[in-house]
Amino acid sequence: MADIFDVYLAEAVISGILLGGVLALLALGLNLIFGVIDVTWICYAELIMLGMYALYYFYSVYGLPMWVAAPACILVVAVLGLLLHYIVIAPLLDAAPINQLLATGGVLFFLQSFATVAFGIDFRNLGIRLPVLAIGEMHFSYARLLAFGAALTGMVVVYLFMTRTYIGTAIRAISQDRQIMALMGVDTKRLYLVTSAIGGALAGLAACLLVLQYDVHPFVGLSFGPITFLICVLGGLGNFIGGFVAAFLFAQIISLGGLYSDLEWGYVLAFAFFIIMMFIRPAGLLARRS
Amino acid sequence: MNPRHLVYWAVAAALIGLPAVYSQPYHLHVMVLILIWSFAYTSWSVMGRFGLVSLGHGGFMGVGAYVTALLWNHLGLSPWIGIPIALVCAGALALVVAYPCFRFRITGHYFALVTLALSGIVLQIITATRDYTGGSLGYTPERTKGSVFTALQFVEKETWYLIALAVWAAGIAIWYWIDRSMIRYAMEAISEDEDAAAAAGINVTAEKLKVTVLSAVMTALAGALYCQYQMFISPDTVSGIAVSLQMVFAAVVGGIYVALGPTVGAVITILLAEMLRIGFGTKAVGWDNLVYGVLLVVFIIFLPKGILGSLLARMKSSSKR
Repeated sequence: MADIFDVYLAEAVISGILLGGVLALLALGLNLIFGVIDVTWICYAELIMLGMYALYYFYSVYGLPMWVAAPACILVVAVLGLLLHYIVIAPLLDAAPINQLLATGGVLFFLQSFATVAFGIDFRNLGIRLPVLAIGEMHFSYARLLAFGAALTGMVVVYLFMTRTYIGTAIRAISQDRQIMALMGVDTKRLYLVTSAIGGALAGLAACLLVLQYDVHPFVGLSFGPITFLICVLGGLGNFIGGFVAAFLFAQIISLGGLYSDLEWGYVLAFAFFIIMMFIRPAGLLARRS
Repeated sequence: MNPRHLVYWAVAAALIGLPAVYSQPYHLHVMVLILIWSFAYTSWSVMGRFGLVSLGHGGFMGVGAYVTALLWNHLGLSPWIGIPIALVCAGALALVVAYPCFRFRITGHYFALVTLALSGIVLQIITATRDYTGGSLGYTPERTKGSVFTALQFVEKETWYLIALAVWAAGIAIWYWIDRSMIRYAMEAISEDEDAAAAAGINVTAEKLKVTVLSAVMTALAGALYCQYQMFISPDTVSGIAVSLQMVFAAVVGGIYVALGPTVGAVITILLAEMLRIGFGTKAVGWDNLVYGVLLVVFIIFLPKGILGSLLARMKSSSKR
């Protein structure tokens, strides 16, 4: 009896780690935007939703091969991120932070209902069934392993970009001091656009990975959007490593909570954990207490 | 009595007397909805106007609606007792979440996101306890036959209109009461600079808590009323993030710094939704939110004071000239 229990436990722990990789990717894009532009994209999950639709249309409707469809999808969402910044955020850069939050909330409404109007409310999926990997008595779908691998790769690429390239260095500098960088002759507007595009591209990558596992519908964003924000806040908004750690913590709580009870209780636990952690470490998991 | 007061009394009399003269059921139904939601939006703006942007009000509304309905169905407690219990629950929830927030100086973005988690929790708990709450399929309080005062169930739309009108008027009165009280000055000082306000002798945490708990309790009352009127609630219509955002949206569009702003917001949003629904039928699914979303962005960029707020500001500046 004990053996069987442990197998389930191990499976849940590993599923949690796999989920954590994808959540970390989601959190990375949002953290990047927040760290550099100091704006929270409440509609981030809705960009991902549109990306999932993009891949669905490219792959299933227009019949493009996956190696064309996936980059095209990433490109589409990157352009969406760019547009979001250009149309909505740029005019509000000097407004109160809460107004920026609400404006992107408006975009959330807009994108959700745009998807409802344009694509209908049916659930759609790519119709790809990836095989299931069985290790002993544990079962993992290749879709999740692939998602985990791609998420990690994406994060490493972003890390290299941020540390090894000139633009990346400038982006990191701007997140440290907004005013000084403009005085140093750096074109902050251009950097903001580049950052928005990268944030969008990360959302596009996440979309490609999520659509392999889940059906897409106009409200799919609500099922992982809130979690993503909580992860970012828990890790400390703009703190990449904190977000990474928080993503895995959250994924474990959801996965293990789901093992002992319903999946919803996993989420309830995760949310409650978040609120308690906010009181213990208001500035994020890894912040030093002042 | 100056002419201004006369106008107020005339408007009040007209609103109260309306169902006696005109009682087309559909129009009355829309008016009741507008009044209930106006009350909810006003409740939000009681704290929202001081920069305390809460995305957790969907949670408070859900508590108000579900606690009332659950007590009625499972324990047979009349809503006259159930609603006060629900309000106490919502107040306690607000206290439990808001106290540490204010104590540890969680403000701005962070406050909005913590409260977002709160509305997420309430939504998930309602869905997870589906054996009692019906989960995402929704929940119906048991019906009585005809109108029963003790069960707070009325068949006549006119009765509901008057109840909703009274509650809405009370909401506006509370708004004015805060507007004239010391709380307002304290809160305005806090929203500008917490340290300076504290140095000036304001108990920052206590003042913020007062406003938050009041706002949460009012929102829960709106939820309970909505439940008793519609006799059907589902997690998506009374709780969760979408409802929270809808409240913020309507209040911002109407104007959060003026008493009737949220009401104007409710009138605009509900009429828009109803007109689209009638004009386009099921084809209109999604269009109302599409328009809302665009409006919200446009308003925040160009008219942060909201429709009524900007109108009043313009009237004031032109009368001064």
